[in-house]
Amino acid sequence: MTEILISIFVLIGAFFSLLGSVGILRLPDVYGRIHAATKSATLGVISTMIGTFLYFLLFDGVFVGKLLLVILFVFLTAPVAAQIISRSAHRIGVPLWTESRTDELKATYPENYQELHRPTESPTEEESRGQT
Amino acid sequence: MFDTLLLVVLILMSLSLLACLIRAIVGPDMSDRVVALDTFGLNLIGFIGVIMMVQGTAAYSEVILVIGILAFIGSIALAKFLERGVVIDRDSN
Repeated sequence: MTEILISIFVLIGAFFSLLGSVGILRLPDVYGRIHAATKSATLGVISTMIGTFLYFLLFDGVFVGKLLLVILFVFLTAPVAAQIISRSAHRIGVPLWTESRTDELKATYPENYQELHRPTESPTEEESRGQT
Repeated sequence: MFDTLLLVVLILMSLSLLACLIRAIVGPDMSDRVVALDTFGLNLIGFIGVIMMVQGTAAYSEVILVIGILAFIGSIALAKFLERGVVIDRDSN
């Protein structure tokens, strides 16, 4: 019975980790990849860690508190890292997907923001993206 | 049965690690690579968790903690470096 419980947690974790990696491979721009990777990989890691914690608690009778600490740490830091990565990506001018309609954040920047903060970057990024 | 399931889960996790590695290599921008390495760290935590169950030892829990901290700090440092060219900026704005 305990094996079935642990198996369910571990399988959910592996499924969501694989789902996040498929999202990283297939989604069209950086922001979509951040969206897919962070949410599902965080849920996968948390579920796998719960399974590992239950394994050691139920089979060996050992309370491994560090695994709970890992769950707390991943739960706190993964959204922060994703937000900072996406903010820096938008500020250095990584292009959105070509099907994207609006970019509300760009209107709040000063007009010469890109020239001020990234003087060496040439605008050839959009050609390497393989549009239409 | 349970050991077989753990091996299948290890195969799935290594596939997801491979996908993250492919995106880290071919990613068109540096931000793609940062995201892929961050997710690589997250998936590596789950991978080592499953390995802990396969080998039946709790000795790798410190390894998991250190990998989690290093993935977070590395992502923050790379994002700050890409944004401004410095990691620690002294003027706050």
